[in-house]
Amino acid sequence: MATERIIGIDLGTTNSLVAYMENDRPVVIPGEDGSNLVPSVVALDERDQIVVGTPARKYLIGTPERAVYSVKRLMGRGVEDIQDELKLFPFRLADDLAPGEVLRIKLGNKTYTPPEISAFIVRQLKRNAERYFGAPVTKAVITVPAYFNDAQRQATKDAGRIAGLEVLRLVNEPTAASLAYGLDKKETATVAVYDLGGGTFDISILKLHEGIFEVIATNGDTHLGGDDIDNLLIAIALDDIQGDLGVDVRRSGEAVQTIRKAVIDTKIALSSQDETTLDIELPGGKRYQRVITREQYEQLIRPVIDRTVGPVRQAMKDATLTAKQIDEAVLVGGSTRIPLVRKLVEDQFERTPHADLNPDEVVALGAAVQADILGGGSEVTKEMLLLDVTPLSLGIESLGGGVVKIIHRNSTIPESATEHFTTGVEGQTNVAIHVVQGERELAKDCRSLARFDLKGIPPMPAGLPRIEVKFLLDANGILHVSAREARSGKEAEIEVRPSYGLTDEQVEGMILESFDYAEEDFRQRQMIEARNEAETILAALSKGRRSPAWEQLTSRERDDIGRLDATLQAVMPQDDYQAIRTAIDALNQATMHLAELMMDSAVTSALKGQNMETANVGEGPASPHPIAKAEIES
Amino acid sequence: MTTAQQPDNPGLLVLNQPKPVTATCWSCGAMRAAHYCQECGKVQPPVPVDYFAFFGLPCKLNLDAAHLERDFYALSRKLHPDINARADSHEQEWSLEKTSQLNDAYRTLKDPISRTEYLLRLQGVQLEEQSKAATDEARQTGTAKKQVVPPVLLEEVFELNMQLEELRMNKKMGEDDPALEKDLQAAKQHLISKQSEMLDELALVWNQWDVLVERTTAGESIEETERKAARDKMVDILNRRSYLRNLLREVDEVLES
Repeated sequence: MATERIIGIDLGTTNSLVAYMENDRPVVIPGEDGSNLVPSVVALDERDQIVVGTPARKYLIGTPERAVYSVKRLMGRGVEDIQDELKLFPFRLADDLAPGEVLRIKLGNKTYTPPEISAFIVRQLKRNAERYFGAPVTKAVITVPAYFNDAQRQATKDAGRIAGLEVLRLVNEPTAASLAYGLDKKETATVAVYDLGGGTFDISILKLHEGIFEVIATNGDTHLGGDDIDNLLIAIALDDIQGDLGVDVRRSGEAVQTIRKAVIDTKIALSSQDETTLDIELPGGKRYQRVITREQYEQLIRPVIDRTVGPVRQAMKDATLTAKQIDEAVLVGGSTRIPLVRKLVEDQFERTPHADLNPDEVVALGAAVQADILGGGSEVTKEMLLLDVTPLSLGIESLGGGVVKIIHRNSTIPESATEHFTTGVEGQTNVAIHVVQGERELAKDCRSLARFDLKGIPPMPAGLPRIEVKFLLDANGILHVSAREARSGKEAEIEVRPSYGLTDEQVEGMILESFDYAEEDFRQRQMIEARNEAETILAALSKGRRSPAWEQLTSRERDDIGRLDATLQAVMPQDDYQAIRTAIDALNQATMHLAELMMDSAVTSALKGQNMETANVGEGPASPHPIAKAEIES
Repeated sequence: MTTAQQPDNPGLLVLNQPKPVTATCWSCGAMRAAHYCQECGKVQPPVPVDYFAFFGLPCKLNLDAAHLERDFYALSRKLHPDINARADSHEQEWSLEKTSQLNDAYRTLKDPISRTEYLLRLQGVQLEEQSKAATDEARQTGTAKKQVVPPVLLEEVFELNMQLEELRMNKKMGEDDPALEKDLQAAKQHLISKQSEMLDELALVWNQWDVLVERTTAGESIEETERKAARDKMVDILNRRSYLRNLLREVDEVLES
C-alpha cells in the first residue's frame, strides 16, 4: 500500500495550484480541464451550488453579485482594515455584520467568511489531487505570503481545515520558491526572491548552503500586486468611457467586470508588445476602444511598482548586505512578467534576474518539496531543511499604550520568549495581555493579534504573583501562549480572543457544515475507486483472454463474461455509482472460475497463499485484486 | 581563540557544564545523551541551560563564527520540527522547544555585542541603557530615558546636536543647506569610525576576560576584583557604543527626512 501523499498548495490571490513530489521532481497536478491553474474565483450558480475556478469566471461578468475574486485580500482582516479594499474591489459585506465580528461577504443571498470561501478553492485542489492519484488526500502544506501576520496565517490554516485537510505546515511563498529554485543547487549562494503576485508583494533574502535554506531577512507589502495595476487601468477606462460615451458605468457590476477582463488582457499583451488596443464591448452594445502604448502604460504603473523599492531596501539593510553581495535574484509571481518590473529588479540587484522558472508555478512546486521533506520522502530532499523567520516583531502592550518588543522581526522560527507579569490589585485573579505585531512604538499603530486573559491566578497581595508567560512562535509563524504562576506552580488558563479570526468552535462548526461538501467529496471518491477497480478488472480480463486458461472455459462461461464485460464498459463513463458497482460485482462473479484456472496453471504450489496482485495477474495501485475474491487465498 | 573539543565526537554536543543532565537516551538507553542521542538520533527533552553550554562552549567571549554556524546547521538538521514531523507528539514538542532554544542561543552568540551583553547578564550585570525597568518607567511616566553621555564625547555631541537641530529647522522650512548636510555626513562617518574603534577596544577586554576563564579552568583561583574590572570595562564600552548608536539613528533620520 503506498504511503499517503502530502500535497503542496499555492493558495494565490489570482490563481491557485496544487503539486506533489513525483519521484525526484515536483509536478503540478492539473484539473479536469487539463489546466494547471485554478483561478481563485468562487461563485454561486443558478441552483445555489458553489462553482470554483474557470467555470466560476463567467459568473463574475454575468451575475457579479453572486461571485467573488481575490478573497485572499480579506483573509485575517477586520472591517476597519478593509475600507480601502472596499473602494477598489466589489466585495459585498453581509448586512448584519456586528462590530468586532469576523468578516462575512455576500454571494447571492448567502454569506461566507473569507476562510470559508478559500476553503472552497482548497477543496477543489484537493479533489483534483485525489482524482489524479485515485486515492484520498488528507494532508497538505499550504503557502502564505512571507509578510502575512498571525491572523492572516491562522485564517489560511482554518481554510485548509474547513476543506478537510490537516495542514502540516504553512510555508512562506518566497521561501517555497527558493526550494524549487535550489533543488539541484549544491553551491553556497545568497539569493534574493522578489515575489510580486496578484495581491501581495514579498522580498526575501536567503542563504543556501548544502541543502539548508536559511532566510536572513524578509519584507513586503500584503496589499500590493497585479490587482492594483488592473485597478489603475480600470479607473482610466471608466473615466474615458464617461468622457467619450457620456455614460457612467461605475455602478454596473457587469460593466466593471467586463472592463476588468479586457484590462487584464491588455496588461498581458503589453508585456510582449509595444502597443495594444484596449477593446471593451459594454453590456448594452456600446463599444470603447483605446490604443495604449507600452510607454504610457509604464508611466501609469510606475508608482505601483516603485512601492516595492522600500521593502527591498529595508530587507537588504536588515540582512546587512549590498546588491553586490547577493549572488542571484529570482523572480516569482505572474506580475514579474512585466518588463518594467524586471528592469526594476535588475536595477536594485545590479544583475539580470533569474527567470527560468515558471513564475506562476514555482511556489506550488516549492510547497511540494516542503511536503516531501515533512513526509521524510525522497533521496533528493533528504538533506534539505528550511529555516525561516518571522517577518514582524511581536510585542506586548504596556501601561500607557507603548509596545514592549519580545520577539524581533527576522528572528529564526521556532522562537520563544518568556515574560513576567504581576497583579496590580489585591486578590486579582485575572491578568489581561494584549499582543500586537509590528514595528511601531505605540500599540495602536501595530496590528492587534489577540487578547489573552490569564485566569485562575491564586489570590494574593498585589505585586506578589509572579506570572510567567511563554510566547512561542511555531514553525508556521503562529503564536502559542502558555502561562504559569511561578510561586504556586499553577498553570493559568488562557482564553484567547483572536482579534480578527475565528475561534476553534467557529471553525469546528464550519467543518461540520462542510460535511455537505464532504458528502460530495465522498461520492466522488467512491466513484474514483469504483472506476479504478473496473479498469483493473478489465485489464486483467484482457490478459486472461490471452492465457491458455481461457480455452478451458465453457462457451457459456465465455459468453457470460463477454456480455458482462460489455455492460461494465458501457456504464463506466456514466455517473451512476450503483450501476458500476453492480457491473463490477457481476463480472467478478463470472470470472471466478477463470481466475482459479489461471492460478492452477501456475507451476508450483508456492503460488498458493498469494493473491492475484503478487501472482502478477492484476494491475492497479491500491485496489483489491482484479478477478478473484479473497477466498482464493488458502 | 579556542572552542571546547569533545573527545571522539561524531556529531557534537555533550553539554559541557557542572550540573549533569540526562545520562541516558530515553529511547535506546545509550549513554552520553545530549541534544539528540548519538546512537539512535532521537531528540532529547529540553533542559534549561545557558547558551554557551548549549553549544558545548566555555563562557569565553572569543569564538569561531564559522564553527558556530556549522554547529547551528548540524543541530538544526537533527532537532528541527520539520525533520521530526513524523515522530510522536511528545518528541515533536521537545523538538519545537529545543529548536527555539537553539535559535535563541545562536542568534545571541553570533553577534559580538549581544554575546557580550548576554555574558554580562549571566554574570548578574544590568546594563543601564538596556534595562527593561528603565524603559518601562520611562514609558509610564512619559519622561525621556536617562541617557548617559560619555564624558569623552561631550564636546562632539554638543556640536552635533546643534547641527542636527539646525538641519531639522531648515528641512521644516523647506530650505536646503548642502554645506550643513555635508558637515553632518562627515560627522556621521566620524561616529561610525568611532563605533568600530569601540569594537576594537572591546576585543581587547574580551581577551582579558578569556584569559581569566582559562586561568580558572586551569585551577587557579581568581580574585573577584579582577573579574569585576573586566566586566566594568565592557559595560562602559557597551554604554558608550549604545549612545553612539542612538545618535547615529537620529542623524540618519534627519538626513533622510
